[in-house]
Amino acid sequence: MAATDRALAVPEITAHSVDPQSRGWVSWVTTTDHKRIGILYLVTTFAFFILGGVEALLMRVQLGTPDNTFLTPSTYNALFTLHGTTMIFLFVVPIMAGFGNYFLPLMIGARDMAFPKLNALSYWLLLFGGIVFYASLFFSPPEAGWTSYAPLSLEAYSESGGIDAWIFLIHLTGISSLIGAVNFYATIANMRAPGMGWGRLPLFVWTLLVYAILLILALPVIAGAVTLLLTDRHFGTGFFDQGQGGDPLLWQHLFWFFGHPEVYIMILPGFGIISEVLPVFARKPIFGYKAIAAATVVIAFLALLVWAHHMFTTPSATIVLVFFMISSFLIAIPTGVKIFNWVATLWRGTVEFKTPLIFSVGFISVFLIGGITGVFLAVFPVDWQLHDTYFVVAHLHYVLVGGSVFAIFAGIYYWFPKMTGRMLSESIGKWSFAFMYIGINVTFLIQHSIGLEGMPRRVYEYPDVGNLALYNLISTIGSFMLAFGVGLTVYAVIRALRNGVKAGPDPWKANTLEWFVPSPPPVNNFDVIPRVRSVEPMKDIRRQVARQSEPAADLSPVAAGTRD
Amino acid sequence: MTPAAPRTRRRVFALTLLAALTAALVLAAGASADLLTPESGGGSVNAENVDTLYKLVLAVAVVVFVGVEGVLLYSLIRFRARKDAVPAQIRGNTRLEIGWTLGAAGILVILAIVTFVMLDDIRNPPNSDADGFPTQRIANVENATAYQPRPPNGRALNIEVNGQRYIWRYTYPDADDNVLNNVFNYETLVVPTKTTITLTIKAQDVVHSWWIPDLGGKADAVPGHTNFTWFKVQRPGSFRGQCAELCGRNHADMVATVVAVEPAEFKSWLASKKREIDANNKAAQQRREEESEELREGANPRGSGNAETAEGE
Ligand SMILES: [Cu+2]
Repeated sequence: MAATDRALAVPEITAHSVDPQSRGWVSWVTTTDHKRIGILYLVTTFAFFILGGVEALLMRVQLGTPDNTFLTPSTYNALFTLHGTTMIFLFVVPIMAGFGNYFLPLMIGARDMAFPKLNALSYWLLLFGGIVFYASLFFSPPEAGWTSYAPLSLEAYSESGGIDAWIFLIHLTGISSLIGAVNFYATIANMRAPGMGWGRLPLFVWTLLVYAILLILALPVIAGAVTLLLTDRHFGTGFFDQGQGGDPLLWQHLFWFFGHPEVYIMILPGFGIISEVLPVFARKPIFGYKAIAAATVVIAFLALLVWAHHMFTTPSATIVLVFFMISSFLIAIPTGVKIFNWVATLWRGTVEFKTPLIFSVGFISVFLIGGITGVFLAVFPVDWQLHDTYFVVAHLHYVLVGGSVFAIFAGIYYWFPKMTGRMLSESIGKWSFAFMYIGINVTFLIQHSIGLEGMPRRVYEYPDVGNLALYNLISTIGSFMLAFGVGLTVYAVIRALRNGVKAGPDPWKANTLEWFVPSPPPVNNFDVIPRVRSVEPMKDIRRQVARQSEPAADLSPVAAGTRD
Repeated sequence: MTPAAPRTRRRVFALTLLAALTAALVLAAGASADLLTPESGGGSVNAENVDTLYKLVLAVAVVVFVGVEGVLLYSLIRFRARKDAVPAQIRGNTRLEIGWTLGAAGILVILAIVTFVMLDDIRNPPNSDADGFPTQRIANVENATAYQPRPPNGRALNIEVNGQRYIWRYTYPDADDNVLNNVFNYETLVVPTKTTITLTIKAQDVVHSWWIPDLGGKADAVPGHTNFTWFKVQRPGSFRGQCAELCGRNHADMVATVVAVEPAEFKSWLASKKREIDANNKAAQQRREEESEELREGANPRGSGNAETAEGE
């Protein structure tokens, strides 16, 4: 009898905590449980998100009126450097690792990551990277932008302190991400549930796999580049110093060879979240599973070939410009394919407007704008006008806020019940979405026009000419709406932790294995690891359970056999 | 047929909504052409061509945008969960998927062709007008990595632009090889109309970016490199712009203005500037001579006296 139960793997009987979960802060510091590390990641990175958001609001206040003197030029330059660096290295990239840590083993039916101790190290390196970076606030924060272009970032133009803290941050978070990436890769390659071939891997796991590979390919380049920068600054080398025979353009090439894949590192796991959420709430399988998985791989490959589209205005031969225009065009194709597949997933489904779905649909509608403006910027003569203006600021925020952040929020609303056992409030969630959606568009849509009016990015003030004053005021108002929307979600989380509705193991009737175990999952995740028979194992399991609860007459061996 | 009636009504509602949205978007795009198109153009033919190219891309973009958002909105309304609705269990459609992949590729091929067609007029300047300012044959810049634009007859007024924290310096050409006596100016670049101006762009310290929106796109000024751009202004006027690459704390104040004047007026401006510079050079030369004379006199009592007072302070 017990043997049959195991073979059928019914959720009600599978999950029992082996050890009682240890409590107290020491247990959090010493933990190697992927779920706790995942939560540490999520909480830490979200805190950095709030910090980066406050920095953004301060900048928007400064730019709310022309010729404003609220911030000094050096404070302003420090703020956009902190904001960009924080959002990229301390929020979007590692929060994806946070979701990955928590859900990768659960989704593939593993009991932990391949290297739990390395996993913990990866988190602590991230945290200390962030602390070292923010420590620079107390002496001289970096002012050279998140791109730290040489020669501006060299000793001659940037005093000791800030840039060095930035280099330290790149190294620490870089090692953190590298270890994490190797861990993800090893886990996915070796620890999948029986029956889970590559064709049955959840799409979020596919994107994590590609995320890990891209990190492994791109990070060594930036690690090398910042090391050269460090020796240029302090040990007398001249890799980026034209006065010593070096070349400032070398920095730009190395930086963007990392920097562009980094964009896809930030967005691909978001694509994965969307690909998980849409089919669940449309009650319909994902449209074109193979195409979406293949598009992810193609995007990653092309991402390594487009870096110089960030350098169209540098002294370049025409053939270089043409090459990078075409390669950037190419990357638009798999991205477009994904969008079409998502829309087709909704088509002829029965769409349930729960908060995770609303954020996912918001993602598609807003990310589309970021994708389209990306094509404008790939046309290099057009880029000569738009480069380094607010048009680019608008574009990248449509990709990273409309894209990554919406996907992250979809993930939060989708997986919060699994992580805590409690539901987030649907009504607060919807209000949060409404404010964020309107806020994003009010803040960033008008920034295209600000750029087209000729306002460069990274300026602490602008003159009162044309419509600049009005447009910037609109953008500033929008940024506070966006912030309010984010605040609502923080409130929803706190409220749900106190007295949220109990979620149960599978509140959404979802497709993947994390919903097989109780919420929150026990330390060992799975007492029994179910055999995977399709891309949607939970659908199979639910069908099996339903069959078992049918009247006894239907359970005759013959009937069961024919239905299989 | 009772169930058909509400369905038709719903479909009509959805289609009306879609049509209204599309119309609103198209109208908004038309009415706010100002909002969606660059403020540049009008100054120089290359900037005008970039604007045209931008508008072509925008037209394609609006079609794609309205199409995708329309289908998205339609499927959300039409396929929202209802009581008797059953989701279709479709996993894909190879023909459709190949179709839209090729469709997306086709759009991009069109954009690439349009870009190549327009590129020549954006990159290569025309000759100066017959009544423009006299031009010289522009020299080849050795070891330049960038494309160096030149008019068909190879003649233009070539001005060197040098970015330095936080100002632009312009050096005008003259007849001799000595660059120390060339006319130069800061911040305001005075140029003749009807004349092809080519710019050789360099940087003194960090990376800057030369940008006058009305007169064409950006050209980064990178230390150790030479970059190029050009413009040709037909009517007198002034065009403002500013450094577009972060160069330090006062990056926002690194502005530039191009003032275009009639060739005759430019000629007299150049001459007066030349006189001013020659006078300054002469005065500086005189001062240097006096100083070296003082040095040669060695135990000059006045000089040592100065040194003593300096020490006493
Ligand atoms: Cu500058």
